[in-house]
Amino acid sequence: MNFETVIGLEVHVELKTNSKIFSGSPNHFGAEPNTNTTVIDLGYPGVLPVVNKNVVDYAIRASLALNMEIEQHTKFDRKNYFYPDNPKAYQISQFDKPIGKNGWVEIEVNGEKKRIGITRLHMEEDAGKLTHGKNSSLVDFNRQGTPLVEIVSEPDIRTPEEAYAYLEQIKSIIQYTGVSDCKMEEGSLRCDANISIRPYGRDEFGTKTELKNLNSFNFVRRGLEYEEKRQAAVLNAGGVIEQETRRFDEKTGKTILMRVKEGADDYRYFPEPDLVDIVIDDAWLQRVQDEIPELPAARKIRYVEELGLSTYDAGVLTLSKEIADFFEATVAQGADAKLTSNWLMGEVSAYLNAEQKELSDVALTPENLAGMVKLISAGTISSKIAKKVFKELIENGGSAEQIVKDQGLVQISDEGALLKIVSETLDNNQQSIDDFKNGKDRAIGFLVGQIMKATKGQANPPMVNKILLEEINKR
Amino acid sequence: MANISKEEVKHVANLARLAITEAEAEKFAQQLGAITKFAEQLNELDTTNVEPTTHVLPLVNVLREDVAVKGLDREVMMLNVKEQENGLVKVPPIITE
Amino acid sequence: MTLFTKSAQELQELLKTKEISIADLTEEAYKRVAAIDGEVGAFLALNEEKATAQAKEMDAVPFEERGPLYGLPIGVKDNIVTEGLETTCASKILEGFNPIYDATVVHKLREAGMVTIGKLNMDEFAMGSSNENSAYKTVHNPWNLNNVPGGSSGGSAAAVAAGEVPFSLGSDTGGSIRQPAAFCGVVGMKPTYGRVSRFGLVAFASSLDQIGPITRNVRDNALLLEAISGVDANDSTSANVEVPSFVESLTGDVKGLRIAVPKEYLGEGVGEAARKSVLDALKVLESLGATWEEVSLPHSKYALAAYYILSSSEASSNLSRFDGIRYGFRAENVTNLEELYKETRAQGFGDEVKRRIMLGTYSLSSGTYDAYYKKAQQTRTLIKADFDKVFEDFDVILGPTTPTPAFKIGENIKDPMTMYANDILTIPINLAGVPAISIPCGFEDGLPLGLQIIGNYFDEATIYRVADAFEKASEFHKETPQIWEVK
Repeated sequence: MNFETVIGLEVHVELKTNSKIFSGSPNHFGAEPNTNTTVIDLGYPGVLPVVNKNVVDYAIRASLALNMEIEQHTKFDRKNYFYPDNPKAYQISQFDKPIGKNGWVEIEVNGEKKRIGITRLHMEEDAGKLTHGKNSSLVDFNRQGTPLVEIVSEPDIRTPEEAYAYLEQIKSIIQYTGVSDCKMEEGSLRCDANISIRPYGRDEFGTKTELKNLNSFNFVRRGLEYEEKRQAAVLNAGGVIEQETRRFDEKTGKTILMRVKEGADDYRYFPEPDLVDIVIDDAWLQRVQDEIPELPAARKIRYVEELGLSTYDAGVLTLSKEIADFFEATVAQGADAKLTSNWLMGEVSAYLNAEQKELSDVALTPENLAGMVKLISAGTISSKIAKKVFKELIENGGSAEQIVKDQGLVQISDEGALLKIVSETLDNNQQSIDDFKNGKDRAIGFLVGQIMKATKGQANPPMVNKILLEEINKR
Repeated sequence: MANISKEEVKHVANLARLAITEAEAEKFAQQLGAITKFAEQLNELDTTNVEPTTHVLPLVNVLREDVAVKGLDREVMMLNVKEQENGLVKVPPIITE
Repeated sequence: MTLFTKSAQELQELLKTKEISIADLTEEAYKRVAAIDGEVGAFLALNEEKATAQAKEMDAVPFEERGPLYGLPIGVKDNIVTEGLETTCASKILEGFNPIYDATVVHKLREAGMVTIGKLNMDEFAMGSSNENSAYKTVHNPWNLNNVPGGSSGGSAAAVAAGEVPFSLGSDTGGSIRQPAAFCGVVGMKPTYGRVSRFGLVAFASSLDQIGPITRNVRDNALLLEAISGVDANDSTSANVEVPSFVESLTGDVKGLRIAVPKEYLGEGVGEAARKSVLDALKVLESLGATWEEVSLPHSKYALAAYYILSSSEASSNLSRFDGIRYGFRAENVTNLEELYKETRAQGFGDEVKRRIMLGTYSLSSGTYDAYYKKAQQTRTLIKADFDKVFEDFDVILGPTTPTPAFKIGENIKDPMTMYANDILTIPINLAGVPAISIPCGFEDGLPLGLQIIGNYFDEATIYRVADAFEKASEFHKETPQIWEVK
């Protein structure tokens, strides 16, 4: 039997504030263990939380960017559960009045556009970090109290590809709002997935499983791919799906049972008596609205209309705010937009992927990239030579002009000089001339290769082609 | 409502992470039963359309500016911690269900 | 006799004329504790070394630079955290706990120049009405050592009544300042919710808890409340309301004052002596120019049930942090985390605390939440509306603080419901969040009775004015228990 897959995603995003959500301790990743805490984070007897205003601003900003309605009378609630990384044994979260609700993002998979609904966005505090050992577990409370927003999608997602595209969109939009870095490797963006399957045509959902430990978008996709197959196999074999939590194993690509859920967890939510309600008036809402920077959708349109990029290119470029900002800075230095876009989407992106790095980790700057692009546009260097220059720029930095100068990489565009080299090459390759005359066009490729070799790649390729054809036909 | 069974008491004790003996479960079942039976008198009240009160004062929007202060020194933070290792707080192993 | 028969004003006079020093006052407190606390059991921890050193330094400060409470000794209830001074909430689960910060009120006491003598015994986590729920020792009523001092601030009331300290801080969630103040014949004020910062008060029921002063007379009480009041950036529920000079309101003038007397507060279950003492007090106030009328607070009878559900629910969550991991008692010989939690909490909490944690957990559970927790919150709305309505036409509400005077130790401890019923006259006030004081208004069989004066939100000034006028026109507060004679 064939099944339809139903996926809902829960995304946790850490907000990039100075201090924590309910205390003044620093909100800073990477500090020495247990040095970024106050008595409030540690849940000392007698302490009380006070809400960080910036967290509310950021949550509103993220909600608006995700096309959500704002709950203008909102509040916090306690979610009660015992765990060593949860010092008060309750998490201050939002239950029935999340700050944002009923939003959506648009995704595109295989050329088809689709809206994915977002049920809610709520504010809450992050827990500490627990390291499990065989004979003990260890807790670092630095992360305790880090502000989070949890973004819960509607069960609108039908394929792992869509899930991937949804996450890309969420990440992109949140990054643009400036409220979070969304770095999965630092845990500032985390994702849990709920997945069930049902026979096509049926309205009610199947029993869902929850996937955890999805540490990259790729793992989300792979975990979901595995899980939809696993569930189908269970059902086709006459089995039933248990409501359970499963962990994605990166090594095997399988999902592994963590625990079976017996009914709903009883978190005993109730309104947080230590915090008063938050009333967001229209002026507050407008102020935050005005603070939202240009979002990817708007930027995409601008790139197409003003810079002449293709819709596809503009979409890819604007997905990452970091890349898009870099692109704009490069173009602002006078570099050709189309050429810059090609380089960013091509060589730059390939390099970063291969090295597992971010733009901020490498020596490439908008200034030196622009310098290089301008040299290409002016015909000073060939695209091939540019690759050499690029490698130097991205690894060691510096200026493209200087590198070209120092290494003598200037393109040979002098007709006389090229004619000389072409003639010499032809003189030494009579066999290729004969092959060409006998209709073997491939001979030209060989001859171009020889010319490039002789000029260390510096010959201007279109000119070489032109002169070569002229000369060979004369022979 | 009312009459709370021993099993319910044990379930609640588990939620509250309290170890409980049979005898205690028995005693608490009786006492909680009496208290909740007493609480049933609230059912005499018609509370349709009555808003619940969480806060008696009409305070809203008590917020702090986003200013960070230095965290506690780790020695101070660890002052009351019974077991620690390499700057981390140590707890017994967690057995997953 | 002791120096502590005197009021703050009288003590300041002696300090001014240098008849006594701050060091003398501090020493006097520790002498009294040494002489009688073995019998009273009010103190859990003493701050002797630091307090003695502090007193000596303070004596060097010129008198003109001191405030009205400067150099005076105070005891602090053990659920208010004091940096470097063991704070246990009279629970085994916090045995040896050394706070690394001070409560806001403790800061304020220091700013006022008061000398903290030590930490006062209480019912474990403020849950109880007799102080028999202390995990460490029972407090005895200074008027009759066989009787309870009331609770949960039993140590705070007894220490003042026994003349160990002239001032103390208590906390009041359902009557925990007023009921022991009544039982011990002293003055105890529960301020408006939000008047005093709760930062550093170990939470029992966050939406009900308030810290308040216990003293031997109304004026001292007003002075101390003034010192600890005010909005606190660390407590989101503290109110940004001006703190008036409560002492200035003590004019003795109650002419034209409109007093409401709820029929529910003099009805069934209220003892004859308590009823009569209130009616006598009304006569006194009438003679001073006040008028009174009987009113109704029709939802009063539901307050007790609503209170136990709400306070226990909040408590079940507030007390979950006691897990043996970051501070406090930790069970030994456990092999895994679940055992650590369950054994630490089973061994660390007493029966009453467990009972309330269980009740609260049950009330908040899915399936019971609407019928219990939400219903109780709705009831709270109705109770609050009762008070709002009466305060449209009246300045204060008057009644007894407790139905009867202090009962015998051991008398009610086996029956939680009878014990809970002790608070029927004080609980509605916490649910509404309004302020109320208990002042001495009579005796029954040698045990004090308390008059409860309830005011509108943030109108402690009127309460003090009425209390002070009554005090000036009566002699009850001048009585002292036998134990004062102990040298």
